[in-house]
Amino acid sequence: MAAPLSVEVEFGGGAELLFDGIKKHQVTLPGQEEPWDIRNLLVWIKKNLLKERPELFIQGDSVRPGILVLINDADWELLGELDYQLQNQDNILFISTLHGG
Amino acid sequence: MCQVGEDYVEPPPREPPPVPRPGCGQKCVKCKQGDPVVVIRAGDAFCRDCFKAFYVHKFRAMLGKNRLIFPGEKVLLAWSGGPSSSSMVWQVLEVRPHHPQGLSQDSAKRLRFVPGVVYVDEGAACGQSPEDRAKTLAEVKQVLHVVNFPWHLVALEEVFSLPPSVLRCCPQEPAGTEGAYKSAVDSFLQQYHVLGAEGAEDSCGRARGEEERPWPQSQDPHSLPSPAGPPSAAQTEALCRLFESVRTLTAKEELLQTLRSHLILHVARAHGYSKVMTGDSCTRLAIKLMTNLALGRGAFLAWDTGFSDERHGDVVVVRPMRDHTLKEVAFYNRLFAVPLVFTPAVDTKAPEKASVHRLMEAFILRLQAQFPSTVSTVYRTGEKLVKAPRDGCGGGPSGPRCLLCLCTLDIDTADSATAFGAQTSSLSQMPPSTLQAEAGTPTAPCCAVGEGPGCCWKARGRTDDAQAQVTQQLCYGCRGNMSDLPSLDRLPPYILAEAQLRSQRAGVMQEIQEYLIEDSSDEAEGPQS
Repeated sequence: MAAPLSVEVEFGGGAELLFDGIKKHQVTLPGQEEPWDIRNLLVWIKKNLLKERPELFIQGDSVRPGILVLINDADWELLGELDYQLQNQDNILFISTLHGG
Repeated sequence: MCQVGEDYVEPPPREPPPVPRPGCGQKCVKCKQGDPVVVIRAGDAFCRDCFKAFYVHKFRAMLGKNRLIFPGEKVLLAWSGGPSSSSMVWQVLEVRPHHPQGLSQDSAKRLRFVPGVVYVDEGAACGQSPEDRAKTLAEVKQVLHVVNFPWHLVALEEVFSLPPSVLRCCPQEPAGTEGAYKSAVDSFLQQYHVLGAEGAEDSCGRARGEEERPWPQSQDPHSLPSPAGPPSAAQTEALCRLFESVRTLTAKEELLQTLRSHLILHVARAHGYSKVMTGDSCTRLAIKLMTNLALGRGAFLAWDTGFSDERHGDVVVVRPMRDHTLKEVAFYNRLFAVPLVFTPAVDTKAPEKASVHRLMEAFILRLQAQFPSTVSTVYRTGEKLVKAPRDGCGGGPSGPRCLLCLCTLDIDTADSATAFGAQTSSLSQMPPSTLQAEAGTPTAPCCAVGEGPGCCWKARGRTDDAQAQVTQQLCYGCRGNMSDLPSLDRLPPYILAEAQLRSQRAGVMQEIQEYLIEDSSDEAEGPQS
């Protein structure tokens, strides 16, 4: 059982275009059976936040190649990628590296 | 291996074994002390400070290794507001000397050139509204104020007032040997020491107090925006129409790149910059290499993706960010708060198969996710490309150059053996009756025969002739791009003017060929003006 979590989800590098141009979203994730991890978060984002063109953000289980994920300003590769368990007040930042030069 | 009669138990592994991930408890691989924040390459975890040192070192090493930028040289930084170019500008800013004291130790490490920044407003090509463009420009100006280098703000519409000389290569004497570089650096350092000793008091005061910088060549940090002011509505309209008429996104992107590079070249020439720095990162160059192969520009890969590009002769384009991957750039920008200005581009939100560029990008990045050495392999292979021995523009008469990309023409203009050649030649023979009479001669004035304005059939012949004229002066890749434009009329006038000029010259050359005295020992065809 996971209690409701409050996290901040941020988008940068052009990814915010898919979310109505809003860069920072303060989000409260509802309590649920399984603990919240990035995998579940992505599903939740796709359902609740993503306004258009899901294929430009999510590919299969994970984010599209070219989108970086930072958890509390650290590379998600150091924290287990999709399996990282979210904690209260975490900051998850998605930066698209594909746009611009 | 075939297994007859046995059940095939498990499918062959479709993915490579996962790269071993650094765990939570790991420390920075470099200093062994700090907590890692970013993973570079496959498994090297760096802490924040080591990452910064690594990143900055790469930038300097790239410049230092190539020894192309001489001290005191004026270098134009092409800034698009995007992550790579912003990072590049920030790097240059961070290591600019703000104080003249303490020269002796640090001067060896300082970047010694004189930078300026150019920003090209491409809003019209991307279909942005005037309000959005104004908003973006306001943000851009804010950042330029922080950076405080001389800056130049140009709108893409200004391509309509470019002179045809932009398309001409201005030969330059060769940059100089290793020895020349070293002696230039030494004499510069000496000069600086002298200045520092004498004017240390004054220049300190100036540097701390006001905005002036104590370089020998002082420049106005607040350069005027382009004298023409905001672009006229007619030009904006013309640019919009040009880009809307392009049939494919691939051609649009290529055209945009071409026009942008011509504009930046013009700004550089007009203000005396001898080098232009662009922020192409490792990832982007790997994608560009593959994309250009697909577009038929294989012959020019060394110029398109190498560190230096001397096709214009007097202005050399360098790519100091070519060793940095997009991931490193993004992390650096985030960790060290580099200001960015986000602008939508022509391919924003375009689906994956919308253009060759997008497709190649998706291909490479997807491959990279599974095989983390993809980008670096492509990049290293690209590094091995050597430019053709007949040196770029140095020799002068090294053959005709493409009208748009200024690379030496790689195409046999009378190419009739291939299907493409047949296609192109049929293009130039579209209305056969009108055209055959005029083919091969420079365009005659329309009413030379005295027929008056009613000679529309001749006018149409001329238009197609003009089209053929331009097409014949393009390399294979550019021809492919231009074939996606329904009519070349909408191209900016400088391109059409230069095409006509070259064609006329070629025609005249042909006519006087028999009268030219050829030196039998010389390989060249004759004096090429």
